[in-house]
Amino acid sequence: MKGDFIQNLGKIYGLYTGGFLLFIILMAILEQAGVSPDTIGYLFVGFTIGIYALIGVLSRTMATDQYYVAGRQVPALYNGMATAADWMSGASFVAMAGGIYFGGYGYMAFLVGWTGGYVLVASLMAPYLRKFGCYTVPDFIGTRYGGNFARLCAVIVLVVASFTYVTAQINATGTVAARALQIPFGVGVWFGLAGILVCSMLGGMRAVTWTQVAQYIVLIIAYVVPVVWMSNKSGFGLIPQLSYGDAVQRVQELEALHQVGVLKPTETFAGLSALVNPINAPGETFMDKWKFATLVLCMMCGTASLPHVLMRYFTTPSVRAARISVGWSILFIFFLYFTAPALATFTKLSLLDPNLATGIIGKSITEVNALEWIQKWAAVDFLQVSDSNGDGILQINELFMRSGIVVLATPEIAGLPYVISGLVAAGGMAAAMSTADGLLLAIANALSHDLYYKIIDPQAETKTRLIVARILLLGVGAAGAFVASLKLTSILGAVAWAFDFACSGLFFPLVLGIWWKRANRQGAIAGMIGGFVSGSAYLYYVHFAGGEPWMGIDHLRFGIIGMPVSLIAMIVVSLMTEEPDEETQAMVDAVRTPRGGTVLASNH
Amino acid sequence: MATADSNHEAHWQRTKGLTITVLVIWFIFAFVVHWFAPQLNEFSILGFPLGFYMAGQGSLFAFVVIIFWFARAQNRIDEEFGVAEDADDDE
Repeated sequence: MKGDFIQNLGKIYGLYTGGFLLFIILMAILEQAGVSPDTIGYLFVGFTIGIYALIGVLSRTMATDQYYVAGRQVPALYNGMATAADWMSGASFVAMAGGIYFGGYGYMAFLVGWTGGYVLVASLMAPYLRKFGCYTVPDFIGTRYGGNFARLCAVIVLVVASFTYVTAQINATGTVAARALQIPFGVGVWFGLAGILVCSMLGGMRAVTWTQVAQYIVLIIAYVVPVVWMSNKSGFGLIPQLSYGDAVQRVQELEALHQVGVLKPTETFAGLSALVNPINAPGETFMDKWKFATLVLCMMCGTASLPHVLMRYFTTPSVRAARISVGWSILFIFFLYFTAPALATFTKLSLLDPNLATGIIGKSITEVNALEWIQKWAAVDFLQVSDSNGDGILQINELFMRSGIVVLATPEIAGLPYVISGLVAAGGMAAAMSTADGLLLAIANALSHDLYYKIIDPQAETKTRLIVARILLLGVGAAGAFVASLKLTSILGAVAWAFDFACSGLFFPLVLGIWWKRANRQGAIAGMIGGFVSGSAYLYYVHFAGGEPWMGIDHLRFGIIGMPVSLIAMIVVSLMTEEPDEETQAMVDAVRTPRGGTVLASNH
Repeated sequence: MATADSNHEAHWQRTKGLTITVLVIWFIFAFVVHWFAPQLNEFSILGFPLGFYMAGQGSLFAFVVIIFWFARAQNRIDEEFGVAEDADDDE
């Protein structure tokens, strides 16, 4: 049956996609028939989670290579889709377009960084790690450098980086679940966790892979359909990504007209911001350019060292498939990322253009407050209209919004039917769940395989190992949901930190492990500890202790401190100590040659 | 054994060469282009100001192309040196 499944993937996911489109049409018909928006939101979220759960249960397994690396038989294209879902988080889905709306050009450093990182993954990492045959990222560190202490350091960096990230994802599932199902956020978080665990508990990587493919299909449809609809409605055609250039130029004129960036807000509302950054104003000074470049660099190197991304490439059938799979991944990610700035631009255009019915800037406050979508989103604290200067007219610095609103409220701002809002909710849920699944699995696998099996009890039987893996998954998930329910950080701050932690601690030990034979255990340990500790200390200094950022390196960019420390520590300490033995050097040679078996046995 | 070693060494030299080429192109689209965004905005492409276009779409597309090109080029190198995996490994 399993061979059949892999051979019929095209048919199965084709049917699934058709079924999902039919479901959307059915919901549209129900809406016309007078079914309430609440019920439609319920059905969207419930139906999609039900499907993921079904896939999760059908993919259950008790074999270690299935549980850890999906049996290494995921075709390149499908692994690309799964990686794209694994990668695009609730933050990408919900906050990206809003970030561009508010942050303008400077925010697009995230777009460049989160795609360009895959060039590093393809050329420096993925094919070699696939050849190595490891189950987890610390598995590579532990075997290449030898010794439990190196392995343990890698586990610690992995856990810190991924855990920071996963709480943000569970937070996002909680937010979407709370809104769609009308339950309190605290309950929504646990509900979201239950959905995530159903997908991953029974089948590990195998189940997560096949649910992520399903989740990619839902999230990309949910992201692109409203934008295409909105674009077509406002005369920009069916491929808005290629035709919004005129809209950008028009927005630039409107921003000058409404004095964006000149009028600063005079009031503050928690979690909300007014628009002050023009859409296309790249800074002219060295500092502006430096800040753009450093953010790009941190996000790229973080991408190439985040274990939940790297471990996806352990599942392909060959080294060759791993390489091409990185290409598919970035293509599928590109579909969403090149749509996000289009969405941000259209939203700006609709709100700012006085010639459009949707334009609200420059209208009277009473008129704006009477709009249905304004009232609805103000009621849930996503938006605030405040006549700061008391002239009765809404100026650009008097409209305060939460960044997620750009994606979530687009259908309503543009006057699309409610079925589209339901679709967007299902998409946001899919994005957050798929990333959370990948992250939880990365953490739990590192703890069960590297900490428990390799360090604590190397004699453990397969059955025990897989039971321990599941108990840890449950425990880590519960810890994540608990932290998420405390609402400690905003979604984006935490997401960028995960990348900085990962690149500070893991980037050079991974790269040099493949590309520099002379790198040895002492060097790798120095690199991991030095990078991770210096990066974290700088984060503490600049974000918590109120320190002045040095060279514009703020808390989003602390990898710029961690990475060079890691590189220098690793090179200096490696050169000061003995070179690795013959066996290790032969191992590096084997990793560099695609032909031949993996370095580690398939059931290690 | 000596020939196997020299073949391995030659394969690795070519692989390194390709990787360096990829990283140079990557560096241009990741950093150089955006450094000059204000100047690029003087030009326009498909109706977009060029500086905006590169950050919002152009560089992203370039990365997609680089990776697919790299995968093909590396496969050719592997085949040339006889170190590619067998065709049925992909299934």
